[in-house]
Amino acid sequence: MDVFSLATAAYVVAALLFILSLAGLSKHETARGGLSFGIAGMALALVATFMVVVDVSADRDEVLPVLLLLVAVVAGAAIGLWRARIVEMTQMPELIALLHSFVGLAAVLVGWNAYLEYRDRHWSLGDLAGVHDAEVFIGVFIGAVTFTGSIVAFLKLSGRMKSSPLMLPGKNYLNLGALGLFVLLTIWFVADPHLWLLVLVTLLALALGWHLVASIGGGDMPVVVSMLNSYSGWAAAASGFLLNNDLLIVTGALVGSSGAYLSYIMCQAMNRSFISVIAGGFGIEAGPASDTDYGDHREVDAADTAELLKNARSVVITPGYGMAVAQAQYPVADLVRKLRERGVDVRFGIHPVAGRLPGHMNVLLAEAKVPYDIVLEMDEVNDDLADTSVVLVIGANDTVNPAAAEDPSSPIAGMPVLRVWEAENVVVFKRSMAAGYAGVQNPLFFRDNTQMLFGDAKERVEDILRAL
Amino acid sequence: MLIAVVAETSPGETRVAGTPATVRQLIALGYEVVVEAGAGRHADFPDEAYAEAGAEVVDAQQAWAADVVLKVVAPSEAEIARMSERATVVGIFAPAQNPELVEALSRRPITALAMDAVPRISRAQSMDVLSSMANIAGYRAIVEAAHEFGRFFTGQVTAAGKVPPATVLVAGAGVAGLAAIGAASSLGAVVRATDPRPEVADQVRSIGGEYLAVEVEEQMESSDGYAKATSEAYDRRAAEIYSEQAREVDIVITTALIPGRPAPRLLTAADVASMKPGSVVVDMAAAQGGNVEGSVAGQKIVTENGVTILGYTDLAGRLPAQASQLYGTNLVNLLKLLTPEKDGRLVLDLEDVVQRSITVVHEGDTLWPPPPVQVSAAPAAQPVATPEPAPAKQPMAASTKLGLAVAGLVAYFLVVAAAPDPLPQHFTVFMLAVVIGYYVIGKVHHALHTPLMSVTNAISGIIVVGAMLQLVDDDAVIRTLAFAAVLLASINVFGGFAVTRRMLSMFSKG
Repeated sequence: MDVFSLATAAYVVAALLFILSLAGLSKHETARGGLSFGIAGMALALVATFMVVVDVSADRDEVLPVLLLLVAVVAGAAIGLWRARIVEMTQMPELIALLHSFVGLAAVLVGWNAYLEYRDRHWSLGDLAGVHDAEVFIGVFIGAVTFTGSIVAFLKLSGRMKSSPLMLPGKNYLNLGALGLFVLLTIWFVADPHLWLLVLVTLLALALGWHLVASIGGGDMPVVVSMLNSYSGWAAAASGFLLNNDLLIVTGALVGSSGAYLSYIMCQAMNRSFISVIAGGFGIEAGPASDTDYGDHREVDAADTAELLKNARSVVITPGYGMAVAQAQYPVADLVRKLRERGVDVRFGIHPVAGRLPGHMNVLLAEAKVPYDIVLEMDEVNDDLADTSVVLVIGANDTVNPAAAEDPSSPIAGMPVLRVWEAENVVVFKRSMAAGYAGVQNPLFFRDNTQMLFGDAKERVEDILRAL
Repeated sequence: MLIAVVAETSPGETRVAGTPATVRQLIALGYEVVVEAGAGRHADFPDEAYAEAGAEVVDAQQAWAADVVLKVVAPSEAEIARMSERATVVGIFAPAQNPELVEALSRRPITALAMDAVPRISRAQSMDVLSSMANIAGYRAIVEAAHEFGRFFTGQVTAAGKVPPATVLVAGAGVAGLAAIGAASSLGAVVRATDPRPEVADQVRSIGGEYLAVEVEEQMESSDGYAKATSEAYDRRAAEIYSEQAREVDIVITTALIPGRPAPRLLTAADVASMKPGSVVVDMAAAQGGNVEGSVAGQKIVTENGVTILGYTDLAGRLPAQASQLYGTNLVNLLKLLTPEKDGRLVLDLEDVVQRSITVVHEGDTLWPPPPVQVSAAPAAQPVATPEPAPAKQPMAASTKLGLAVAGLVAYFLVVAAAPDPLPQHFTVFMLAVVIGYYVIGKVHHALHTPLMSVTNAISGIIVVGAMLQLVDDDAVIRTLAFAAVLLASINVFGGFAVTRRMLSMFSKG
């Protein structure tokens, strides 16, 4: 029983712990347990690998690898923990996208190393030489796509890059061409490995990743973040093949397939084609009905809204990205508490794609200590909306757009939406009359039972709190 | 332009066409506003309040000379004569019932807009004065009935004995009927309602009433939003129901009106005679001939068997402040429509269906009656030619899907079969992990998507293991790259887990 067989055993246990971790995270009651399993699995894998490194280094009387390892891990841990502690909950999507890019970059580096390692003794691989080269290529390719894709997603989410989709002519052919070129280069590389081919494929993948995400609009970022999560898993799995490491394969495949399935669920919620998401670029076309006259909207002030809420029997709040932007979750939570003390039945209706990543709203509301049993999903609350006295739409737009249900020529036609317009009164918190992310005008704002409350969502909710 | 809110001169009229609040809104539209002294007296709006709102208080002569005159009921001949040329008068004129008034208006070069002729389309709801007045009248009908009724509306069990709840029958579930149902049921009464339109049953139930259906082989469909005359078979069955109900209930509110026709007779003298002494009937259609035999417009009648019949025609005016406020807001909404530029210039667009419908006289030309407007979409919804849906992507045929799946499996089979050791084992592990990943996430709770994603993100940092193992290589370049990889992946591992922990600690059940 040497250190290698111990490490292999530890890896098997770690893989099992990761599966338990994901399973645990699918329920509230077991979520904390799931996290602990995940941490335990990771700790086990790290310790086992550390022992292997120590063992190998000791055989060769070297200290440097162990030192490097400790320095890198400690530094990485410090940076990671520091970022995690200071991040605002509203910036969570950006942080997650950034973290994905690290995995992608690490996969690229591992792939490069695997090539360099065998460059001078390629013959020692024997039969496996071709397989090894192909694995290097695939690992580097997926890693690089994940890296730049995540960077672009991060830039778009943090507002450092324009969120509107990049429209290059023939973008689908660009993507397909890049893939075809990748296959040709792989065959070439297997036949005749050269460093410049590896450099070329890395650049190609970096460009492809950039283009894939740049051509997707900001409104579809939740799906993209989830998809990149899946890509980062596949990158880890590819490295596992390369390094003959089953732990990497298992974990990477777990992350890859669960991320892909999560993206699939979200695509269904948005009535988007799953294939076109993976392929990059949703092909948003301008709707034909853009010049329709919708009539006039009515404005309301905070005091009247407070009056409306005071007299309401039941209130449903449908938050969107605007609530996150304005950091309005705390005053909203206060408002909910006050109304509940007055005996008003207050609930939240959360659209599956509200915000910029799945569950974004739930996280924000949980941060503000809103009890989670009044936070309902779209399907749970949709049928009750007709019996609701007041619906507060806080920073949501496309997810409450009646055009999706009623106008077959609308660009968002067929997307399931919260039917807020069936309620007695709708108050829409909005900064201006501008269109939402989908670029579609919202006829909800012009309905007879809709009133607009303009301004920053946080300030307006605080005004209402004062008026109460 | 100058808008005038004039005082009402008809006897018993308590309402006023503008309140200080609506005057402020008119000024915001760019108009100058004058108010005749004492116009709001009966509705408890003193002249000072108007002045404070920005209006000038003037005498009747000056007020009637304004460009736009806002009124509640129709002006008298003398008042019409006082108006300036090319001026506009707005009010409740009932032009269909008052041909003489239309005639008198058209003799002057003025424009007359009848608020009660607004079509019942959703766009015009905010100026539908019939609805806003009927709402008030329905509420007031219950208040009047409660005033005459010698008992509680709500049922109680007290030390002094049990009190049964009052039973209220509301005939006609239009706006007034629904308001009456709501008011009566919030006072605690048991409320029943009848209406020839079966689609109102849900509306009745929604505000606490019980809908009594008249079951005959007939469906009442209405294309203009108002009730129509009913068939003979229906009337016979309905009459039986009213006779049965009259013996049982304590309060009857009748609201049945058919536009342009005398009110239908719902309760006969015999029905009233069969009612319990002390019962109250409010006939809201008394002005149009009455739904109840024996009701007198504007009067309170007590029958021989002690039943009180109220035929008040000024129910809305009995809440003058409320009625004026709602009517004034209806007028403001109309003027918003007529002032598209918000520059205080009134522009009448006769192409617009709402503006065409209300225009009785236009600069001396009689435009009454307007072309009919089809408004109600709910009953008899004709399938409107729906625009072709945007060409959706053809969903993949089942056979194509199957073909792709088979092709994928065959390709996978060939790759594994051709792969040298140890690849097949890796593929086995890989495939099982993919399947497990799919099933593990299948039932994830919606709210946990983000923590799940951040944990899988942390776990995908497992690539750190590969990078660590590469550190033992003696090539300096490889070491450097591996060092960077370990550093990056470590950030991911620790950051991912820490963020997840933070998120989970926030989920609380309160």
